[in-house]
Amino acid sequence: MATPERILTDEMVEAIKALFPRYPTRQAVTLPALHIVNERLRYVPIPAVVEIARLLGLAPAEVQDTLSFYGFFKQDAPHGRTRAWVCRSISCALRGGEQVLDHMCHTLGVKPGETTSDGRVTLEFGECLGACDFAPCMLAGKTLYKDLTPERADQILQTFE
Amino acid sequence: MPQFEPILLANIATQNSHTRAVYESTGGYSALKKVLAEMQPPALIELVKSSNLRGRGGAGFPTGLKWTFLPKDHPGPIYMCINADESEPGTFNNRILMEEDPHQVIEGVILSCFATRAQTAYIYLRYEYPLSLERLQAALDECYAAGYLGKNILGSDFSLDIYLHRGAAAYICGEETGLIESLEGKRAWPRIKPPFPAVEGVFHKPTVVNNIETVACVVHIARRGADWFKSIGVPADPKNPRDPGSYGPKLYCLSGHVNKPGCYEAPLGITCRQLIDEYGGGVWKGRKGKAAIPGGISMGLLTEKEFDTPLDFAGPGKVGCLGLGTAAVVVLDETVSIVDFLHNSCRFFQHESCGQCTPCREGTRWALEMLERIKAGQGRLKDLDLLLEIGDSIGIIPGTTICGLADGAAWPIKNAIRKFRNEFEDYIKRTNPKGYAVTKAVKALPVVAAH
Ligand SMILES: Cc1cc2nc3c(=O)[nH]c(=O)nc-3n(C[C@H](O)[C@H](O)[C@H](O)COP(=O)(O)O)c2cc1C
Ligand code: SF4
Ligand code: FES
Repeated sequence: MATPERILTDEMVEAIKALFPRYPTRQAVTLPALHIVNERLRYVPIPAVVEIARLLGLAPAEVQDTLSFYGFFKQDAPHGRTRAWVCRSISCALRGGEQVLDHMCHTLGVKPGETTSDGRVTLEFGECLGACDFAPCMLAGKTLYKDLTPERADQILQTFE
Repeated sequence: MPQFEPILLANIATQNSHTRAVYESTGGYSALKKVLAEMQPPALIELVKSSNLRGRGGAGFPTGLKWTFLPKDHPGPIYMCINADESEPGTFNNRILMEEDPHQVIEGVILSCFATRAQTAYIYLRYEYPLSLERLQAALDECYAAGYLGKNILGSDFSLDIYLHRGAAAYICGEETGLIESLEGKRAWPRIKPPFPAVEGVFHKPTVVNNIETVACVVHIARRGADWFKSIGVPADPKNPRDPGSYGPKLYCLSGHVNKPGCYEAPLGITCRQLIDEYGGGVWKGRKGKAAIPGGISMGLLTEKEFDTPLDFAGPGKVGCLGLGTAAVVVLDETVSIVDFLHNSCRFFQHESCGQCTPCREGTRWALEMLERIKAGQGRLKDLDLLLEIGDSIGIIPGTTICGLADGAAWPIKNAIRKFRNEFEDYIKRTNPKGYAVTKAVKALPVVAAH
């Protein structure tokens, strides 16, 4: 049987192992490890789950169980180069958040959770981003975009590479 | 209103308030130095107990008392989990503290760990706060460099490590046992209590879970004493042994239809109206307020007539709300439909239920589907009673679910329909003039049809 191709790079493995001393169990490194892989690959495919499980001394099913609980991690395909979360919770909704989300769906031709065909943007709805003072708002990458309107959203979309 | 000097937010107007240099220039870490030099852990617990500090994360449990639940003379390790998941819609005070004054938070964590003899603290930080992550990590690095963290802090025999742990966008990770499960690397399914975390928490060890704002308060109690803390807020009600008072400063988050949304510090007990008018610059666009959420979406609504309710731990409960919650006030102006509000709320809780308990999993979905039907113009008047029935059956008060999310989901339903029933009825009659016969099924709801 041919050895399956490795998905985790040495750098990812080292980053994961560096966290071991922080926790009394290896299993506690599950979420951090998923984040490490997700940040670099923009998804966590099944073979990566298997490799993480081996590193942590767990059954792949245990890692998969955790991963699938958090809708956050993509598995079928990488998310877009920018992943944008538009808040639809109450304070944002009161100030037009749902319209902004609808507008962005329309502009990008995707539904929440989907990626544009050129792989540029994955649009997501967010539940309260904890930035209600800037409602309606959107978190894209590490940037919080504040006080959105459909027009501002269009301008911001153009800056995504 | 008497002049009140902000304490928790005192630094944030200063440039680079997030750095150690600025924090120390305003007395930062003096409490830690004083405590390490002068106090033993039991004395600090006593001090916090006598301040009557109640947890700021939503439930308002007395912090010092919680700490005394840890087993005595436990060989350790004891863990501290700092709850920085902050996902209750409307709430962002922890974000302000972590972004603008992370050292205040960290000094609070160190003091809380000293009191509880915890050797390791995890700050469970929601994923959506990248700036908090950056600022907290930088502050932690500064602390290790300065000898405030690590082995033998400031030459004492107290050692502590603090690690940041990121969540993955799930509200239930804020529930203390959901947080613990998530930290252990599992799905965030809340645990049945007992055992309580203080006895068996993370990694099967005694654990304290505290909110970010709670530990920030500990700094100032250590600095200025319990009497100072108790001089702020609302005293205990001598006629009601179940009201232990609401002491100290509080961060109120104000958002929705106000002119100046923001995080404001005020003494516990400020009224909703004072907050909206004096801090928030009034309802936006010159409109009238119609309702306000007193403390995060799960607390229900205050009607405009109830805006004079004091926002202390006892106030909102007296007017049919679940409680003070996170003191995050969301204002709804006169143009908002309460049906839309409730739909938004039901959608949130349906999405965030962890699915472990049948009443919560099924009840939140059923309520959402009914709200969707009402919004689609196919509502029936009897849906309102059915919604109330669901609200009464999914909460923890009758003891049907493991955690408080179900109560948080139920309360807005019960409260909104009781306080705004006419509006729901009008909505249904207007969009579905027959009021009860559903002509076209918007969603197949077999359980409803059987009623
Ligand atoms: C569904 C649910 C979500 C919660 N979310 C949070 C949260 O995001 N942050 C928080 O501090 N407490 C949250 N809590 C309350 C915690 O369970 C716990 O009471 C609190 O963190 C204890 O800290 P404190 O005593 O310092 O308030 C939540 C509770 C429930 C039931
Ligand atoms: S009440 Fe709801 S959220 Fe809480 S444990 Fe049960 S199913 Fe999960
Ligand atoms: S409701 Fe959108 S950030 Fe809070």
